[in-house]
Amino acid sequence: MSWEVVIGLEVHLQLATRSKIFSGAATAFGAEPNTQACAVDLAMPGMLPVLNEQAVRYAVMFGLGIGAEIGLRSVFDRKNYFYPDLPKGYQISQFQEPIVGRGEFEIQLEDGSTRSIGITRAHLEEDAGKSLHEDFHGMTGIDLNRAGTPLLEIVSEPDLRNAEEAVAYLKTLHSLVTYLGISDGNMAEGSMRCDINLSLRRAGSTTLGTRAEIKNVNSFRFVEKAIHHEIERQAEILEAGGQVVQETRLYDADRDETRSMRSKEVANDYRYFPEPDLLPVVIDQAWVESIRATLPELPPAKRQRFVSDYGLSSYDAGVLAANRALADYYEAVVEGCTDAKIAANWVQVELLGQLNRGELELGQSPVGAAALAGLIQRILDGSISGKIAKQVFEAMWAGEGDADTIIAARGLQQVSDSGALEALVDEVVGGNPAQVAQYLAADEGKRKKLVGFFVGQIMKLSKGQANPQMVNELLNKKLAAAGSDGES
Amino acid sequence: MTIQQDEIEKIAELARIRIAPEEAAELTSRIANILTLVDQLQAIDTAGVEPMANPLDAVQRLRADTVTEANQRDVFQAIAPAVENGLYLVPKVIE
Repeated sequence: MSWEVVIGLEVHLQLATRSKIFSGAATAFGAEPNTQACAVDLAMPGMLPVLNEQAVRYAVMFGLGIGAEIGLRSVFDRKNYFYPDLPKGYQISQFQEPIVGRGEFEIQLEDGSTRSIGITRAHLEEDAGKSLHEDFHGMTGIDLNRAGTPLLEIVSEPDLRNAEEAVAYLKTLHSLVTYLGISDGNMAEGSMRCDINLSLRRAGSTTLGTRAEIKNVNSFRFVEKAIHHEIERQAEILEAGGQVVQETRLYDADRDETRSMRSKEVANDYRYFPEPDLLPVVIDQAWVESIRATLPELPPAKRQRFVSDYGLSSYDAGVLAANRALADYYEAVVEGCTDAKIAANWVQVELLGQLNRGELELGQSPVGAAALAGLIQRILDGSISGKIAKQVFEAMWAGEGDADTIIAARGLQQVSDSGALEALVDEVVGGNPAQVAQYLAADEGKRKKLVGFFVGQIMKLSKGQANPQMVNELLNKKLAAAGSDGES
Repeated sequence: MTIQQDEIEKIAELARIRIAPEEAAELTSRIANILTLVDQLQAIDTAGVEPMANPLDAVQRLRADTVTEANQRDVFQAIAPAVENGLYLVPKVIE
């Protein structure tokens, strides 16, 4: 039987504010336990929340980034549940009147095609603390540093149809929020956490099947694996004539499986009501417009500009525009060397290759944009070949200096002196009489292959430094001359 | 609007309030009385009335994003029943 997969994602994004959403405690990652949990975060009696303006600004920036309606009036509610890492016994969230309404954005798939995915809403809320279940004499340890960290919960429409689209959605979202600078997007540190709502229905059906929710999946790869696993699990149940139970499941990366956390029937009853300690949040359109004016060029616009101004393929433009720092680096290289396509190639292949091998961030690259542009200039002006340039790049990576220094120190300058090249051509042609005879006897097609042989020998003899274009010209002349000598 | 005893028991469980079995019936009838008052309120025509999120006629003030709270862990943990390595300890939570 053929099933259609229906996926909606809820992403909890930590906003990059300095202080918490409702208190003046710090939000820095990695501090000693409970050193950033103040009286408000600990729910001490009498403490009242005061809303952080920057959190509101970041939410508005996100809304503008996805072309959503901005809630000029939004309301905070209490979401009630008991857990030790939630000292108040409720989470302050937004339920009926969120700050960001419906919007959408385009995701780009591996094959370069795009799909538009709806965003239902995004709302502000506070994070909970952390429970540490290691053994503390049979007790649980609670760290409330994270309690009160501002979150933007971004809820997608059930528009996604497979794991690839879900991952593309998350990557696009990640790219957008880091461009906007509203979150560091660090998944390993929990700055972007994802809940997956997944159900199956018969192909062609328009009603939704019963869904399961998979909580807290924290990397692109785990999202992909969790989805594959869950599709298989639900298909097995349905094909055996069973029913999927609506429940919350947890993805276990070590065992690559999802398992039931708790039945959602009881747990789901959060008894929301308006938060009496906070007044409605009212923002004016002028403020929204002043925020709009500060937005940077966003990935879709940048991608299009890279295609139209630099002549890049849609795929290459997508790779380079996906990360703001990378896009800035790339544009600096283009400015320095003036050839956008060669620059794109070097940034994507050599630079990203080295960064991946060294597991480095772009900011840690030992070769800056200006230095890379300097190297590309030496290819463009014929000083070195593309192949030698890779050697030079490796030396630059190892910290041996800029391109010109390395080319001079290692004597890598391309040989374009016709006298010197002619001597090399003569040596190779003279030293391989059998191949010359073969060449002269061969037809047009085979001759090309044999030319390749001679060029290879000459390049080897010159240690790769001979100017290939000139070698070709000289070689063709020489071989033509050998042919006419033979005939006379 | 009527309310059944099992609903009262469920609400109590969600709110972590222990109700003795002999109290449940009486509590159910008392809450049912309150709900008749709610029924009267609900009979009022509220079409065109904007839902009220807060009785104060004011809007939320926003604070600047600055860190104003210093670390006072020792003070807070001095009144906690159990702490270790800077963590608050609570009865084991099993999920």
